Amino acid sequence: MVEWTEQERSIINGIFANLDYEDVGAKALCRCLIVYPWTQRYFGAFGNLYNAEAIKTNPNIAAHGVKILHGLDRAVKNMDNIKATYAELSVLHSEKLHVDPDNFKLLSDCLTIVIAARLGSSFTPETQAAWQKFLAVVVSALGRQYH
Amino acid sequence: MSLNANDKEVVKAFWAKVSGKADAIGGDALGRMVTVYPQTKTYFAHWKDLRPGSAPLMKHGKTVMGGVADAVTKIDDLTGGLLTLSELHAFTLRVDPANFKILAHNILVVMAIMYPNDFTPEVHVSLDKFLAALARALAEKYR
Repeated sequence: MVEWTEQERSIINGIFANLDYEDVGAKALCRCLIVYPWTQRYFGAFGNLYNAEAIKTNPNIAAHGVKILHGLDRAVKNMDNIKATYAELSVLHSEKLHVDPDNFKLLSDCLTIVIAARLGSSFTPETQAAWQKFLAVVVSALGRQYH
Repeated sequence: MSLNANDKEVVKAFWAKVSGKADAIGGDALGRMVTVYPQTKTYFAHWKDLRPGSAPLMKHGKTVMGGVADAVTKIDDLTGGLLTLSELHAFTLRVDPANFKILAHNILVVMAIMYPNDFTPEVHVSLDKFLAALARALAEKYR
């Protein structure tokens, strides 16, 4: 089981309490598709992804980024049991979406960059450590049911 | 995933913008690296104070970014240009190359914090490719 300090819980809850999902979600997914273009393979039905401008103005991508970000809400509410909380989602990503789990880390790195840009200097090394630990647990849980 | 002409232009232009704060960037990146990835502290056991902002970390951040600055000037031939640095890392420092990726990530985080509007996805991808190419050049002489 993952051990969380009071400080880590407070940091994670604090970030999500003040999160602009519309902005951060959209930006994180866009950045992922631009910085790691092979991730576009999962978005064939989303319309024009031809270049960075197209990706940044694509409403389907923006909406999906927000959806993904809200997907993290359940992990925040169940920090002591993220593995079980995401068992179904993990099966979905494996069996239905066929997403290579390495991609979870790529998106999580882009999310970190976007959050860092938003929070600026308040994204201290300690905050970054708690944030990345949280995302690492989420990523691990999402990959857990693959076989 | 080698650097194309656009990548090189983007990296040079962004570096021109940020090079004034190179020392601070390096110090901040190293502080984050040892905090977020504590296993990296094993390379700095000879320093008493590894807290973010400590003197040895800030000094070393300056050294590391000096290397990055040098690499920017040698962007057309990183392997050749960084030969001596590669030998240093391979034979003397013997830093596991996996750590280059870790430090690169933290440099990118610092860029996002310090230059939120300039560190666009387009700049991000070129800088990420550049740091990866730099890491490859540094690992050249390892075996």
